[in-house]
Amino acid sequence: MLSSLFGSGDGGGNLLERLKSGIEKTRAGLVSKIEDVVHGKKEIDADLLEELEYTLITADIGVRTATEILETIRQRVDRHLVSDASEIRGLIRQHLLEVLSASERPMVRVDAPPLVIMMVGVNGAGKTTTTGKLARRLQDEGKSVLMAAADTFRAAAIEQLQVWADRAETDIIKQTQGSDPSAVIFDAMQAGRARKSDFVIIDTAGRLQNKEHLMAELEKMRRTAARVIPDAPHEVFLVLDATTGQNGLEQARKFTESGGVTGIVLTKLDGTAKGGVAIAIARELNLPIRYIGVGEKVTDLLPFNAETYIASLFD
Amino acid sequence: MSVCLLMFDNLSDKLQRVFKNLRGEGKLTAENMEAALREIRVALLEADVHFKVVKQLIEAVKEKALGQEVLASLSPAQQVVKIVNEELIKTLGTHASRLRFANEPPTVIMIVGLQGSGKTTSSAKLARWLSKNQHAPLLVSVDVYRPAARDQLAVLAKQLALPIYTGTAEETKPLELAKSARREAVQTGRDVILIDTAGRLHIDDALMAELAELKETFQPTEILFVADAMTGQDAVKSAEQFHKQLGITGIILTKMDGDARGGAALSIRSITGQPLKYIGLGEKPDAFELFHPDRVANRILGMGDVLSLIEKVEETIDKKQAEEMQRKLIDNEFTLTDFRNQLKQIRKLGPIGDLMGMMPSLPGMGGGMMKELKNAKVDEKELNRVVAIIDSMTPKERENHMIINGSRRRRIAKGSGTSVEDVNNLLKQYTQARKMMKAFSGTLSGQGFLGKKLSKLGKLPSLGDLGNFKF
Repeated sequence: MLSSLFGSGDGGGNLLERLKSGIEKTRAGLVSKIEDVVHGKKEIDADLLEELEYTLITADIGVRTATEILETIRQRVDRHLVSDASEIRGLIRQHLLEVLSASERPMVRVDAPPLVIMMVGVNGAGKTTTTGKLARRLQDEGKSVLMAAADTFRAAAIEQLQVWADRAETDIIKQTQGSDPSAVIFDAMQAGRARKSDFVIIDTAGRLQNKEHLMAELEKMRRTAARVIPDAPHEVFLVLDATTGQNGLEQARKFTESGGVTGIVLTKLDGTAKGGVAIAIARELNLPIRYIGVGEKVTDLLPFNAETYIASLFD
Repeated sequence: MSVCLLMFDNLSDKLQRVFKNLRGEGKLTAENMEAALREIRVALLEADVHFKVVKQLIEAVKEKALGQEVLASLSPAQQVVKIVNEELIKTLGTHASRLRFANEPPTVIMIVGLQGSGKTTSSAKLARWLSKNQHAPLLVSVDVYRPAARDQLAVLAKQLALPIYTGTAEETKPLELAKSARREAVQTGRDVILIDTAGRLHIDDALMAELAELKETFQPTEILFVADAMTGQDAVKSAEQFHKQLGITGIILTKMDGDARGGAALSIRSITGQPLKYIGLGEKPDAFELFHPDRVANRILGMGDVLSLIEKVEETIDKKQAEEMQRKLIDNEFTLTDFRNQLKQIRKLGPIGDLMGMMPSLPGMGGGMMKELKNAKVDEKELNRVVAIIDSMTPKERENHMIINGSRRRRIAKGSGTSVEDVNNLLKQYTQARKMMKAFSGTLSGQGFLGKKLSKLGKLPSLGDLGNFKF
């Protein structure tokens, strides 16, 4: 779905391979462990359920989602719908797929370009890197991209984005450190429209979601964008570090409130990262996962599709 | 959404409910503790403490609590919380841990960790902390991978007027850079070298080998692992691997100014056995403190950082003035001048959001009020505006707000660059505040579980009232 929207840059098989290798650790940490738990067991008993709980919780899925999954299993066992441990894997697969698919929806389309995407998130989640990679990805797909360096706070953030702009050969709108991020956005909106760029991607400064004034600044930045291009930013991506624990939910909640988040980019999913909190977010806030970052290379940002993702994890 | 809200429900509130029917029972038993332990387990897991660590903790608490007499002054809930708290502190380490320095300077400190955990910011903060504590640090970034990483440290160093070895464009190898930095440190008489390394995943063998080489060459007295307080269950794995491959000597926990409960601290400490040394509390260079186990324990349990708050308040507020204030409140003599002084003192305490996050729930107080307090939206700019309005009043007006009529209001609005509506609002809030503060100072005189600690706060009635401002 996403790859068709952006024009399929990579051959399907190639993409699937990269996805598979990128989420290998998740597969090993979650699915293989579930298999270990149920392997060679017939009966579904309390011990087995406790081990399952352990597996789900250590994947950062959260106590509540884990409890929900276990409850589903328990109910089915009680009603004699399931009796064999080997069926558990399928039940979990189905549950996760349902949760992830339920929040999926196509990217916004615009009648007249540019489509404006804004990156938001806490410090160190990987916003600048994701901005650079996404720009490069879209550029490779034949789209024209303009980047806006609206992180005017962090030391050398502008320089960092400039390096990405040089690498991807995209245009960049920037001012100096300490300048007003809304001013940068204003310029970028005008430039994007004048140059008829297909996309404008805005990098913003990292902020912790409990800082009222910084969240208010985010609202102002959105208002500024909308003053030049109505409805902009069309998409707001919350960049979320896959190693984040249960605080990820609070991030998603508050950034959605002030930042109007429309989707999640899950970064650093290669590591031993598990990203289970994204499932909790999809479930509780109904936000689709748009992209996943599975490596340091510029091509390691992959579009997310629930079906493909779950298939790569389980099959 | 109700589920989400529940999640951040305070543990002591929950326990209060669990133990509601337990008053009068003399001893903690396996049965009467079961529900409480379940709540504690969920609270710890939701604070991102690792599953295994939680299990150990619960076992330890059970063992310790069984058969204990419930102390007369505590409710069973409080007694269990007390035991859990003690166990948490035991795990986190009982005292603040200091840095070690080499016998022969320069001391080398390596800063390592995953991408985005806050290594560069922490390096700069630590350098500043050292230079304030009779050391002469030299910074060097050997992050040759992330675009502009070296620039970032250079900019920070310049802002803070800290010495840094930036190297030349040709120097692109971490080892070379660090060697040159050491030469420079020796020549310029610097006694500590802080090496900011590139973020890496613990499974990246090539990059881990690079760190091992740096360690081999420089024999650092400290290798500090920088961990993000928001990290989930995976925290143990990365910390464990870094420790196994490098032998870390301490931990810096960053982004503690957020609303994460920081359970990762407990997991990392418990898995590596290495002490937490510092915490990062914000983007400002001074937002960096020695780690205090007891405070983080309270936070993981969701009990607020009472001690930190008390300390901060004591540091900032003039005690005599506070006592005077309380007397005035009780006698209803709280004038607009006092109101302004209070606001100014509150501003000295730092961002109000920080302060509210440190407040625990008070058992004796309605949960609703505490929630309101924590969710209070107090804009610093608005605070400034309020102070400006009061500054535009005559001394007489400040002493007696009743005389401020329409034409006075217009004058005040003009003088402070605000509108009459703003002035009206302020006066309304002031009269409400007077009422509220009086009520609040009364509430705090009761001695609950935390009441003893908090009785000191009774001198600070305005804190409680802030929650009710809608500027």
